Amino acid sequence: MARTTSVTPAREDSPEAGELVATRQGRFHVLTRYDQRVLMLMVGIPLLLDVVFIWWPTLSSILLSFTNYNGVGEVTASNFIGLKNYQFLFSGYTLFWPAFLHNVIWLAWLALIATPLGILFAVLLDREMRGVGFYQSVFFLPVVLSLVIVGFIWELQFSPTEGFINNALGLVKSGNIIDWLGNPRINLYSVLIAVTWRHVGYIMVIYLAGLKSVDPTLREAAKVDGANEIQTFFRIVFPVMAPINVVVVVITAIEALRAFDIAFIINQGKNGLELLSILITNNSISEASLVGFGSAIAVILLLISLGPIVIFLSRVMRTSS
Amino acid sequence: MSVIAASPSVLRPRFRISRFFLHGFLISMVLVWLFPLFWAVYSSLRPISDTIQNGYLSWPSGGLSFVNYQNFWTQADLPYYYLNTLVIAVPAVVLTLLLASMVAFACTQFSWRFNLTTLMVFTAGNLLPPQVIIVPLFRIYLNTPLPMLGSIDIGRFSFPLLTDNTLLYDQYLGVMLIHVVFQTGFATFVLSNYMKTISKEITESAIVDGAHVLRIWWNIVLPLCRPALAAMATLLFTFIYNDFFWALLLMKTGDRRPITSALNNLQGEFFVNNNMIAAGAMLVAIPPILVYIFLQKQFIAGLTLGSTKG
Repeated sequence: MARTTSVTPAREDSPEAGELVATRQGRFHVLTRYDQRVLMLMVGIPLLLDVVFIWWPTLSSILLSFTNYNGVGEVTASNFIGLKNYQFLFSGYTLFWPAFLHNVIWLAWLALIATPLGILFAVLLDREMRGVGFYQSVFFLPVVLSLVIVGFIWELQFSPTEGFINNALGLVKSGNIIDWLGNPRINLYSVLIAVTWRHVGYIMVIYLAGLKSVDPTLREAAKVDGANEIQTFFRIVFPVMAPINVVVVVITAIEALRAFDIAFIINQGKNGLELLSILITNNSISEASLVGFGSAIAVILLLISLGPIVIFLSRVMRTSS
Repeated sequence: MSVIAASPSVLRPRFRISRFFLHGFLISMVLVWLFPLFWAVYSSLRPISDTIQNGYLSWPSGGLSFVNYQNFWTQADLPYYYLNTLVIAVPAVVLTLLLASMVAFACTQFSWRFNLTTLMVFTAGNLLPPQVIIVPLFRIYLNTPLPMLGSIDIGRFSFPLLTDNTLLYDQYLGVMLIHVVFQTGFATFVLSNYMKTISKEITESAIVDGAHVLRIWWNIVLPLCRPALAAMATLLFTFIYNDFFWALLLMKTGDRRPITSALNNLQGEFFVNNNMIAAGAMLVAIPPILVYIFLQKQFIAGLTLGSTKG
């Protein structure tokens, strides 16, 4: 027993784990002290890692966002500058609103085009039909690839003189090259086409799994009542799928907020591909080292992310209780 | 199942026509979906001299070859970068599954006051965009002193057992650690959904029989979770293999970066033409495509376990 006490700091740092009570079920009184300690460690060690490397940095980001800290030395009281970072962010920093808008467009594109397409594929493939497995495998293929590889694969389509699209449209020969990835007016949409290629399969697979769990008698009843397939989906299946719909909405939102890799690969997130995630990285990690200012952008991203996170957690709460 | 519902619908002619259109739509979509990949494979197999002579939109006159692959593989020291990925991904997957299964076990097999809160802390942490935490995380990585415990050297690549600069920054350990932390959140969520379906009575009766909790976790609950663990291992490996951001942020030595992140550096040096880009992208895509071919079921199970149960 003495040996176990020497490893308990993990437990003391995580008050949640310290409250291991199993009184409601009388049988759990049989848990020995040793077993209780082991259980606390089993939760405490992972929780400690989670707190130290995720939640403490999240809180620190919020605090740092009120400072002009530049990454040198300690943060002192004189570093605190109130809301100045936010004022500059909203009114002086020319990249913020474009990046914000790009994230919004990203989200809207996924929510209105890519996700519905994934749902459509799932609904179309949720039937006994020849080739269903083949179709599903094809649409799913890009999901295993990273967005970095997706970026490279689509560069071969979009690149100005060497890409397939401009060559196929005859634009290279006629000299009217469209710079799909370089022109800041259109490159965001080119990237979103590539992102869609991957996102659709992801949503399809998740939705398909949900559709399989819908009670088939519901559909049969609707059929008997004379409902066609579209009516059956919107009036019967879609409402029953509410939990999966929430998951799909949350996944879509989180993917849009996390977007980073593909924009970075294409042009390091400049010139039409600015995103909040990229501004954070560029401001706080690069030579400029505007830690406080970068944190302010991180806080904005955090606040937006809380929306889908809270929606998701409240759903977990509801199903668990 | 029911004879009444199944048989007449197959015979209805309207049904046949709509199915014809359905296949037509799906096949055209399949062509759209496969084309970018086909084009990448095709480009990667064409020697650049052939492309220059005939243009990008042409049939190969001199035949296809693996010359782009060979060049990239040998010039870019590619095997080392795959090894970098393995050095990070294998321990990360094992550790993540161990930690996540412990939390899921403690939170689903025993009733205590904060088990739901604990699960939510993990789940929410996983959902945060990584960029929200990078500023302070970067500081932690630069300011946590660690002992140096030697290294294993292979060619010009050195694999420190812990660290070779007394920090977490620019180390395999550091990148592995952040993967473990982030993915533990996700894996805990999925595994706890899975473990909820295991009857608590198994654990209860084992305790009555005098088994310790560690034994119950390792010998009883984990074997029951084998399908979920296999699915998660597949999924986590692919996630970590595909990671670009963490290795980019937390490592500065290009030679240490795992293959997916390294591709960005190698781009400037080796990707002199589109055919080389294609070959490079294909080489990096091969392991995930192998997962796709051989472990598709596990991968999909991993993705859907989290969303459909619980």
